[in-house]
Amino acid sequence: MLKFSKDHEWIRVDGSVGTVGITAYAQSQLGDVVFVEVPAAGKALQAGQDAAVVESVKAASDVYSPVDGTVIEGNGALSDTPELVNEDPMGEGWFFRISISNPGQLGALMDEEAYAAYLEELG
Amino acid sequence: MTQMDRSQGRLARPANDDADTLAPVVTASGHRALLLEEPLIFEQGADGRTGVDLPEPAGRPSRLGGLDRRGAIGLPGLSEPQVVRHFTRLSQKNYGIDSGFFPLGSCTMKHNPRLNEKMARLPGFADLHPLQPPETVQGALALIHELAHWLTTLTGMPAVALSPAAGAHGEFCGMAAIRSALAARGDVRRRVLVPESAHGTNPATAAVLGYEVDPIPATDRGRVDLAAFKAKLGSDVAAVMITNPNTCGLFEDEIQDISRLIHEAGGFFYCDGANFNAIVGRVRPADLGVDCMHINLHKTFSTPHGGGGPGSGPVVLSAALAPYAPLPMVVMEQGQYRLVETAEGDAAASFGRLKAFHGQMGMFVRALAYMKSHGADGLRQVASDAVLNANYILARLKGDITASFEGPTMHEALFDDRFLKDTGVSTLDFAKALIDEGFHPMTMYFPLVVHGAMLIEPTETESKQSIDQFCDTMLSLARRAKEGDAASFQAAPRLTPRRRLDETQAARKPVLRWTQPALPKAAE
Amino acid sequence: MRYLPLTETDRRQMLATIGVSSVDDLFVDVPPSARLSGPIAGLPHHQGELGVERDLKRLAARNLDAGSVPFFLGAGAYRHHIPASVDTIIQRGEFLTSYTPYQPEIAQGTLQYLFEFQTQVAMITGMPVANASMYDGSTACVEAVAMANRVTRRTKAVLSGGLHPHYAEVVKTHADLSGFTVAAPGPDLAGTEDLASLIDSETSCVVVQNPSVFGHVRDLRPLAAAAHAKGALLVVVVTEVVSLGALTPPGEMGADIVVAEGQSIGVGLNFGGPYVGLFATQEKFVRQMPGRLAGETVDADGKRGWVLTLSTREQHIRREKATSNICTNSGLCALAFTVHMSLLGEAGFTRLAALNHQSACQTADRLAAIPGVEIVPTAFFNEFAVRLPKPAAAVVAALAERRILAGVPASRLWPDDASLANILLVAATETVTDDDVDALATALAEVL
Repeated sequence: MLKFSKDHEWIRVDGSVGTVGITAYAQSQLGDVVFVEVPAAGKALQAGQDAAVVESVKAASDVYSPVDGTVIEGNGALSDTPELVNEDPMGEGWFFRISISNPGQLGALMDEEAYAAYLEELG
Repeated sequence: MTQMDRSQGRLARPANDDADTLAPVVTASGHRALLLEEPLIFEQGADGRTGVDLPEPAGRPSRLGGLDRRGAIGLPGLSEPQVVRHFTRLSQKNYGIDSGFFPLGSCTMKHNPRLNEKMARLPGFADLHPLQPPETVQGALALIHELAHWLTTLTGMPAVALSPAAGAHGEFCGMAAIRSALAARGDVRRRVLVPESAHGTNPATAAVLGYEVDPIPATDRGRVDLAAFKAKLGSDVAAVMITNPNTCGLFEDEIQDISRLIHEAGGFFYCDGANFNAIVGRVRPADLGVDCMHINLHKTFSTPHGGGGPGSGPVVLSAALAPYAPLPMVVMEQGQYRLVETAEGDAAASFGRLKAFHGQMGMFVRALAYMKSHGADGLRQVASDAVLNANYILARLKGDITASFEGPTMHEALFDDRFLKDTGVSTLDFAKALIDEGFHPMTMYFPLVVHGAMLIEPTETESKQSIDQFCDTMLSLARRAKEGDAASFQAAPRLTPRRRLDETQAARKPVLRWTQPALPKAAE
Repeated sequence: MRYLPLTETDRRQMLATIGVSSVDDLFVDVPPSARLSGPIAGLPHHQGELGVERDLKRLAARNLDAGSVPFFLGAGAYRHHIPASVDTIIQRGEFLTSYTPYQPEIAQGTLQYLFEFQTQVAMITGMPVANASMYDGSTACVEAVAMANRVTRRTKAVLSGGLHPHYAEVVKTHADLSGFTVAAPGPDLAGTEDLASLIDSETSCVVVQNPSVFGHVRDLRPLAAAAHAKGALLVVVVTEVVSLGALTPPGEMGADIVVAEGQSIGVGLNFGGPYVGLFATQEKFVRQMPGRLAGETVDADGKRGWVLTLSTREQHIRREKATSNICTNSGLCALAFTVHMSLLGEAGFTRLAALNHQSACQTADRLAAIPGVEIVPTAFFNEFAVRLPKPAAAVVAALAERRILAGVPASRLWPDDASLANILLVAATETVTDDDVDALATALAEVL
């Protein structure tokens, strides 16, 4: 299951584990990503809470957790190769894996089609 | 005719070659006439060479407790001529106000008079230690006192704190005074209101002092949205921080309502005085209801920007905030000036010390020389001409370059990128093309309230001729952009010592210092 | 008015282009009650260069400048000889009248010297990286504490009693206002304080000055170990940067952050400012650093060049989440530092340091020979505390009347501490001559 937030995070759900990243649209708005800070394993997060930081040359953005849960791991590869976020935002450029504690929250997120419509709306 | 062969065939005028048939010039040295390549000083050193002549130490045993430095530092050795040439060449890669028109909005790049430099170097000011006995520095204290008189008279405010080292430091000082005044009446407040168009230092300063920053939106007239401001007011609002004239170059015409409302709510009005140059001598901030305001001496009073400092940011304070002003302060007692360095007497409520010593004395001397040169009459003319120049630019450009707001504007004119729609040229490209035309670009992408902002501030020290030349160039570039010449904009600048630099690489793999390269392997 | 190019004809033409009849019409957005109708009262009118120069020279003449008398003041600001070429270079208009290098294509000069400055600072402090300068040493010190708080996510700073009291006051001012705490034992005149016992699990950093304000030179390695054992950082403060030419650098003694007052190199006394703050740290903390950074990169043609980098830490992008509210550095003073340090080079810088140490040793020996006078530190660089048989403030005043600036009485820095009333802080740099030392020793013996 793949879901999207209004803040342009995606979460791919496999059982009780979610993998979170930012969307292709988000990375294109940021431009060349130069630095990513991912959360440490074990960190408890609530939906909407600052979970990671992504920086381009001229902008810094917080990445929010789309759901409540506990971080399983951050993507260590991003510290040396932040460009993965630009090159493969939905794959190798993932930010963190989270053990989802409240699966009910997923219902409030958008599916692929709804997110595409949302982007359309943003123009 | 014996003179004739002395010319040995030299021509006294250029040969009429057709330059178009020649290949681009590639020089063997890498230099291009006056554009000289210059390596780092670390790449030019030699052991045992130095640019100073110092006597040999007598060789007494050291008393450094066994902590003598062991091993080399790595500093390169250069002689004086090498050092002078190195920095002269570096200087030639820089654009300054002395070089040309520098319409960097919000930064106030005006002429820096050389008299000010000369005065600041008088040994009677430059060669004084901050902790000399006060009897030996009466003239320096008198100068500080006189500068304070000018600043309080020009602003109409009763007190001024002179120690802040720069504008942002002044913001800290003013907000610290506000926080202390609130604390003194047992009033803990949590929020500070800051307009969206504010300089980044405003929210950063409020946050450093532990406040929550609550943004106020702008109206489509580019000013604080009074209704939104009213809705956010409450007993937990410590202050509102407003730049006036604001960062769109506009005077906040409802400023007296804003100050009345914040005072009624028990909060304070912090005015960011970065743009005081637009109103100096014509408007006194005290008459707008200001509680405190920092003044960037390097903007309004023309102390040099120096490639990014040093600045100086005195803060004028209302009677309600004056008791909390930082230490030290200069007072006059029985015909003698004295430095108050501890929280005693009138200074008992001071929030403390902001900086090791009394302030940026070197900047005080320059600013006072500037004020005395202009006088009360000249400073009024400074504001008048600065505003006239900005409105003239607005009038000349607004037909072809989209002005963000209706005039009149104050000291700077704000445009945005709507005129570049569908041209493939961005604000950045446009600014870079201006560099090839010999101008320093305007401020880009600030303020954030319009898209692709271009903020143009001419200042009063620009002649009509140079402003006209700038406007002609802007109009010609706008025409070229609309004619579909995007590729040439995107390649700009092409005539500079370096073309566009790769900021992504710089940030991904930061190289922040020179290091000795690994020695090449010996040839086989 | 010599700084205003517009003529009356220009102004008329420009008003016509704008479509208004007078400049007053451009100020219509100012509330009428706040508009002034003419020049502000109570201030003089404009003057030519001659008049301004006369006014200011009159004020300057009422001061006793350091270079005209035997001079022994230090305590955070030091008088050194500055080579003539330093001032001619910083007065070049391309440096003096340029802005922060936001347009790197036409600011390579500034960016390259900032990169050179950062390298020099890193080298002399023995640290991997340094920033492009801060306002001065004291504000760099408080930024170091704030950075240590961020890095460790703790909120207690331990300040050495050998730290310049003005620096300690600046840190305390920020602590009170920004919400962290400070543990500071009293002045450490003897140089024997035990800071390790004050470090606990809430301590973000230990701030220690070397040489201390009383002149003691200390091995900081045990303190570094004690701080690191509790997860705290060691912040080393240097107010006399010339000492780094003679002493083991803080980076070799376990410092995590080094801050310094760079005024001694290239920048005059200026009655307290402008100065130049140095800030160096370990590579792993770079993204937590305050202030500007110049970094190396390449341009569109692949040529080496420099840009401001890692700016997402700063207020103009991060706004309320920035690492600091700082917006400027001390650019022109950093240039003066870089030029002076380039002239010195390895040989000159280390020799300058040796000469300073020699001057101080010579001065200490002469003063120690005066009955009742005791030199406090056994290991020092170019500055040391002296115990006098009577209050130092009165002695300094008496010597000033004889046109000798003898040092800083401790009572000026610690007005509330009676135990320090007889302590005088004396500094002797390379500018001190044998005659100066004679004059000081002779006059001091007479007034005691």
